Amino acid sequence: MLTLDRVGKTYSGGLRALDGVSLDIAPGEIVVVIGGSGCGKSTLLRAISGLDAPSDGSVRLEGERIVAPHEKIGIVFQEPRLLPWLSVAGNVGFGLEHRPKREREERVAAALARVGLADKAGVWPRQLSGGQAQRVAIARALVPRPQVLLLDEPFSALDAFTRADLQDHLLDLWADGRPTLVVVTHDVDEAIVLADRIVVMQPRPGRISEEIAVDLPRPRDRQSAPFDVAKRRVLAALDRSLDRAAEPADAGQRAAAGGALWW
Amino acid sequence: MSLVLTSTRNEWAAVRGEAARAGLALLRPGLGLILPVGLALLWELAVYAGWSTGRLVPPPSVVFATFAELWSAGELQTHALATMSRVAAGFVCGVAAGTVLGAITGYSMLSHRLVDPTLQALRSIPSIAWVPLFILWFGIFEASKIILIAVGVFFPVYLGVMGAVISVDRKIVEVGRAFRLSGFAMVRRILLPAVLPAYVLSLRAGLGLGWMFVVAAEFLGASTGLGFLLIDGQQLGKPATIVAAIVAFAILGKATDALLALATAPLLRWEDRHGRR
Ligand SMILES: Nc1ncnc2c1ncn2[C@@H]1O[C@H](COP(=O)(O)OP(=O)(O)OP(=O)(O)O)[C@@H](O)[C@H]1O
Ligand SMILES: [Mg+2]
Repeated sequence: MLTLDRVGKTYSGGLRALDGVSLDIAPGEIVVVIGGSGCGKSTLLRAISGLDAPSDGSVRLEGERIVAPHEKIGIVFQEPRLLPWLSVAGNVGFGLEHRPKREREERVAAALARVGLADKAGVWPRQLSGGQAQRVAIARALVPRPQVLLLDEPFSALDAFTRADLQDHLLDLWADGRPTLVVVTHDVDEAIVLADRIVVMQPRPGRISEEIAVDLPRPRDRQSAPFDVAKRRVLAALDRSLDRAAEPADAGQRAAAGGALWW
Repeated sequence: MSLVLTSTRNEWAAVRGEAARAGLALLRPGLGLILPVGLALLWELAVYAGWSTGRLVPPPSVVFATFAELWSAGELQTHALATMSRVAAGFVCGVAAGTVLGAITGYSMLSHRLVDPTLQALRSIPSIAWVPLFILWFGIFEASKIILIAVGVFFPVYLGVMGAVISVDRKIVEVGRAFRLSGFAMVRRILLPAVLPAYVLSLRAGLGLGWMFVVAAEFLGASTGLGFLLIDGQQLGKPATIVAAIVAFAILGKATDALLALATAPLLRWEDRHGRR
């Protein structure tokens, strides 16, 4: 169980980026965090990862308080962030340095095969396409078998086709070991394809606006009617989150402009 | 019919294009030689034809003869060896100091604020200005020469390492943090490889300055070394000796730089540079 208890974050400039975010995430659950730009999604993810400790409240994994990067928590960033001086295999095995060479090689080879890049093991990162590089980054985060994998807009730099492909891929990988996934995204379709539960955030200060359970069976058909229904629900929730954020100062104005304001 | 003809003709053109390209590839390193070799031949011709005596600017043949003479007498080797060992000693000391101080001031902001202003101030002093002081402090023998060379090597290495460490991508460092690296492991697995390309460049710049400073050092009363050969040629009025020593400097400078580049190339294979090949 991953537990966030009234997590808040104030940046050094005094900006309140997160305020009172509480969330219980079950093992193996896929939670997607969605919300407008600047509402603290990355801040939240970095707090969970231990890269930037929250200024108040706590993050706990199986009761253990997370204050620094933890071996059971992996993270994938918006950019692949591969180490350019290591081969693809070297990058994937980066988190296994202390393991015996044999085991490391086997696990790296298996992970590369799993993401469909077995033939790229010896290649330098600069020789990969954007989608391939992001797949390597996911493999690198998954190889140490984390209990929780955090992904911050992992596919937002990719074209629509590659993005849909990698979403399916991520679900395949998730099905292997069923880690808990926390995914940040701007993309409503992506949220519905992936999520068991969607957490909608609102800005200033960043807090949870509402939560939406998505109980469509997998694999989910992006073309189907229930998918569309879910999509409309999420879009409506996003609109409400903006309205709430706008209150009380310019509530009327915002309501008049409607949801089109940022879609 | 005509179709067949054109197609064979196209093939021929392709084959010829390939051959021309292969020939060019062989010639390419030679292209840079055209200018110096042409000038040398021209000068040789001028002296041969009697347009000039070549007394002050000896023609290539005389320089070559002098070079051969110094070589067979073993003089050239002795002097070159003396110079090379000074450069090597100075280079090692300068690189060691530059690397350590550069890494520390790049890594810790506090030590940067403490140490860097002083070093920058020292850097703006023309290094030759130290010579009298070094001679007073360390005597006129090897120590003062090696220290002068080390000072010359130090600054480019220091600046290169410091700049490289400071500018390591924060996002890459964060990957290290996410994998719970800290302290020495972070340095070894992230910082060191990240600064390596800039480090190699600064080593090469340092080596170049080392060769510059060894001449200055040897002008100050050395009895061996290629710099001494230069002074000797001047005092005895033998320009051919001077030019021979200059040629030796050029060869050694270029050769050591190429060796350094070659030795470090395998470490930098991953680099994605526009100027590759
Ligand atoms: N290191 C920082 N120092 C100060 N303020 C920061 C820092 N990082 C983020 N912020 C501020 O905190 C707020 C939340 O930022 P955050 O990056 O978490 O938003 P986000 O929801 O991830 O946005 P986006 O969707 O654009 O990525 C923003 O107002 C941002 O300006
Ligand atoms: Mg973000």
